[in-house]
Amino acid sequence: MQDKLILRVVAKWLIPVIILFAFYVQFHGDYSPGGGFQAGVIFSSAFLLYSLVYGLESAIKVLPDHWLKVAACFGVLLYAGVGVVAMLMGGNFLDYSALASEPVAGQHIGIILIELGVGITVGSVMLLIFFTFARRVLPK
Amino acid sequence: MMDYIIGHINYWLIIAVMMVGMFTLMSRTNMIKKLAGLSIFQTAVILFYVSLGKVEDGTAPIVAEGFSTYSNPLPQVLMLTAIVVGVATTAVGFALVIRIKEAYNTIEEDEIRELDAKS
Amino acid sequence: MSLLVNIVLLSFLVIMAIAVLRIKNLLAMAMLFGLYSLLVAGLFVVLDAPDVAFTEAAVGTGISTVLMLVTIASVRDSHEVENKGRNSSLALLLSVVMGVALMYGIHDIAELGDPTAPAHTQVAARFIESGQAETGVPNLVTAVLASYRGFDTLGEVTVVLTAGLGILLLLLRSEKPRVKGKKKDAG
Repeated sequence: MQDKLILRVVAKWLIPVIILFAFYVQFHGDYSPGGGFQAGVIFSSAFLLYSLVYGLESAIKVLPDHWLKVAACFGVLLYAGVGVVAMLMGGNFLDYSALASEPVAGQHIGIILIELGVGITVGSVMLLIFFTFARRVLPK
Repeated sequence: MMDYIIGHINYWLIIAVMMVGMFTLMSRTNMIKKLAGLSIFQTAVILFYVSLGKVEDGTAPIVAEGFSTYSNPLPQVLMLTAIVVGVATTAVGFALVIRIKEAYNTIEEDEIRELDAKS
Repeated sequence: MSLLVNIVLLSFLVIMAIAVLRIKNLLAMAMLFGLYSLLVAGLFVVLDAPDVAFTEAAVGTGISTVLMLVTIASVRDSHEVENKGRNSSLALLLSVVMGVALMYGIHDIAELGDPTAPAHTQVAARFIESGQAETGVPNLVTAVLASYRGFDTLGEVTVVLTAGLGILLLLLRSEKPRVKGKKKDAG
């Protein structure tokens, strides 16, 4: 699909908007529909579009596989880490109220952090799955 | 009687989708088609759960001034995660299909069974 | 009004599911499957579940369809073999039995949108009543997802990670599995 001019130009304009929207969904998910799961999937679909239009190689140059593997594990670790920190600060596992002096403020910090963890993991796992599948198509 | 039908016709149609999905899953021999049937079945179940959480004259469960009736957030939370987990597990199924194609050079269940019987 | 929209969308859904069942070209099936997911996303909006609609639109229409297309491209087999003479009456019987059992099961379930249904009066009522005060988050879906059901979501994220690892293990192996009597490549 390397020679489709219209597709390339449209994708170039569309991809930044999709990524911006993914960040909006991620960090505004407390007040409007959205959250980590949706943001991760939208973020990965931006890169999916990029690799469909510009080829797999250039997409892998932007986000190499080993980074994605590290990111996928980091998201889960961030999630579980918030729970452990809550334990260390005197609460139960994943009891965010212990994270700050005010319970509601602690809840807010905890929710934003774990949504970030969910977003990172879901986004990188979806991209990893797509790259692994797409590499199977190339040879032969 | 009319009230009963209006209150339940959604569920009936969702069950019809479920039946079509299950029939696709069981009757087709092509593995990709089977996975599509499984996904249809799964989406129908998700739809059923979310429609259980609907409240008449309610709004989306985001607290705002001027609204007092909200639809039930609990089924939505459970199904939201189920969708993402569902696509991840379906992808595992697709990976298995690719490996099966490499091993048997076919993705039709009948032919695979024949090959297994021969060896 | 909402009932009418529901019924129209659900009828389209049934038609789309039957089309996926009947069509022989797998590429066309993937496209129809994407359309099916889009209709489901529309239904979620009508059912007051924007968060779920969001997810379904991105996952079902985007990622799922693309994965299906990539799989079809990599197995290089875009047509279903006509399975003539294969008896699918048992499958039909089982589907109908399941359908009838479910119809019987939902006979005394609460009607769609009934606010006095047990599902709305127990724990969900408490979430709606005090969710924002306890977590400071107006979006109750996020509040329940991240705070009240934090353990659940941790498990789900771990499942997603495990699925990704499983796919890496399945597809990154370089040696090909050997099976006796492998079907010859017909071209």
